Amino acid sequence: MKKRRERIDRGIKVRAGDVFALCSWREVLYLAGPKLLPIIGCLILPLLLNAYWQKVFLSVAVFALLAISWDLLAQTGMISLGQALFYGMGAYVSGILNHYWGLHPFITIPVAAILGGIICTLLLLPVLRLRGIYFSMVTLIIPLMLVRLIEATRIFGGTEGLSGMTPLPSKWLELYLIVLVLLCALFGFRRMLSSDFGLVLKGINDNDRSVMNAGINIYLFKTQALFIASAIGAFTGAFMTHVYMFVGMPVFALDYSILPIAAAIVGGPGSLAGATLGAFILVPLSEILRGIGGLRIVFYGLFLVVFIVALPEGIFHYIQRKYHRFERWVEVD
Amino acid sequence: MFLGTVVYAVINSVILMLMAIGFNLTFGISGVANFAHGALYILSAYVSWMLLNMLGLPFFISALFSILITTLVGALMYRFVLIRVRGQVLSEVIATFGIGLAILELFRYLGFVGFEYTLPVFIDTSFFVAGVYVDMQRILIVVLGAVLVFGLWLFTHHTSLGLAFRGIAQDERTALTLGIDTDWIATLSVSLGAGLAALAATIIIPLGSISPGEGYDVLIKALAVCIIGGLGSTGGVIVASFIIGFAERFTDSYISSHWTMIVSLAAILIVLTMKPSGLFGKQKELEERI
Repeated sequence: MKKRRERIDRGIKVRAGDVFALCSWREVLYLAGPKLLPIIGCLILPLLLNAYWQKVFLSVAVFALLAISWDLLAQTGMISLGQALFYGMGAYVSGILNHYWGLHPFITIPVAAILGGIICTLLLLPVLRLRGIYFSMVTLIIPLMLVRLIEATRIFGGTEGLSGMTPLPSKWLELYLIVLVLLCALFGFRRMLSSDFGLVLKGINDNDRSVMNAGINIYLFKTQALFIASAIGAFTGAFMTHVYMFVGMPVFALDYSILPIAAAIVGGPGSLAGATLGAFILVPLSEILRGIGGLRIVFYGLFLVVFIVALPEGIFHYIQRKYHRFERWVEVD
Repeated sequence: MFLGTVVYAVINSVILMLMAIGFNLTFGISGVANFAHGALYILSAYVSWMLLNMLGLPFFISALFSILITTLVGALMYRFVLIRVRGQVLSEVIATFGIGLAILELFRYLGFVGFEYTLPVFIDTSFFVAGVYVDMQRILIVVLGAVLVFGLWLFTHHTSLGLAFRGIAQDERTALTLGIDTDWIATLSVSLGAGLAALAATIIIPLGSISPGEGYDVLIKALAVCIIGGLGSTGGVIVASFIIGFAERFTDSYISSHWTMIVSLAAILIVLTMKPSGLFGKQKELEERI
């Protein structure tokens, strides 16, 4: 009896990587498994965790969304160093709506997501022509400037911020709202990026001038990508405002810029799933490391350097490559 | 009041120039935007402080050692990290930013915060200039700034190493065909940039105290000056530091100290939107905007 090794995906993939021939439930599972795992995991996980880890789960989901928004921009060729701008803008818009007009969170959160997205897009519209490091510098600077502006003019509560926001009605609503948004964003935008629209966005990243040559208005596409990314960021800010029941200067902190980038880099830049995976690794890790205090930011810094140098493709792409190379023993007759 | 503000504005401008010149040198030569610049500035100050207060070395020896150590750190950073991601702008920025973050937050974690963490002034006297008191340290800063600019000009125009620096800045591949080891020159440029940051720290820190937060401010200020002047242009850095230096000091005196940072940040935004290559940028327009 002789045996040889055979790739599992050989029978499933027909001629191309994305045309499949499925003959059994096992083969369906092989294809659907990687997609079902995060869905089922995200739906069940909140039930299994205790109150403290549920809070951690909330911030995991928030940072995953911010990382998705960062990656969406990065795939369009805009490297943002200031996700805190989107987060903070959403947080302040929903905070102001709730604090001064007493609107219900169900109104303020969607309004803040849209309005915050529009404000951020308008703020960055003049620098949309910049590319590479110049765009990054502007995005790094704007949140810092807004912090100083709030400090100097004492608007919206100044250094003390606004507190006493209305919380969301129940803990479970909080958890499942963010899970739902995360899953919709992850799979929806993945689909969007593989459509024609996404193809143009990726084309802008690869070579913007040849996309222009094809007669496509790249600024229109860049503006749309920017709006989508900033609306996701603004949603997370608005959501967390109602979870913490507070909005203040810390919403523009460097954490909200650094952690999403770290998550996307560690997880795998260029794929939204990688960004999510990175957040699911880094945020709980930082929670476990909370005991060592400020040292964890040191670890973030080193993590970034090590991953950039040693595994630039990221964990997700590594796992994906290995998954498609699974083999099994078959008998040779 | 007015003359005094002018005197302090000049000093402030030279301080900004000293902070930015190392960053600018590195970027101009090797194209590496060293986001760890502020961290290297703070690192050298702490090393100097530790040598001075823990080992009890004389100030000038410890300052010299700290400059050497920082230069070495810059070279190691290039050799072990940057060389692997060379040419990929995003990776370079993230890697240097990560290193900077690690250095600054390590010092914060170790508890090096407080007014006792400062370096001594060189000579403790002061003068009465144009209606205000100016201490010796600030005058030394201006003198050093002038000497440094002149020295760098001599170095890049009249030494073979300096010419090699300018060579790889202009066209790296052609430089390679002429027998210039571009990796080695790029290593030197990063370490020289780090050394200039350390030199700036040695002379500027005595005016205040050392704190990790300062590192981010130095980075932002260096970025501001370099962006406004045009990345990679030494003349631009000098002009831009005077523009920002005067703007900051005058807003401080006539409006409010809260607004000083906002003025420089707003200046960057305006320059980037209107003329992204900066006032004196030598980069081609097409390279940074479409």
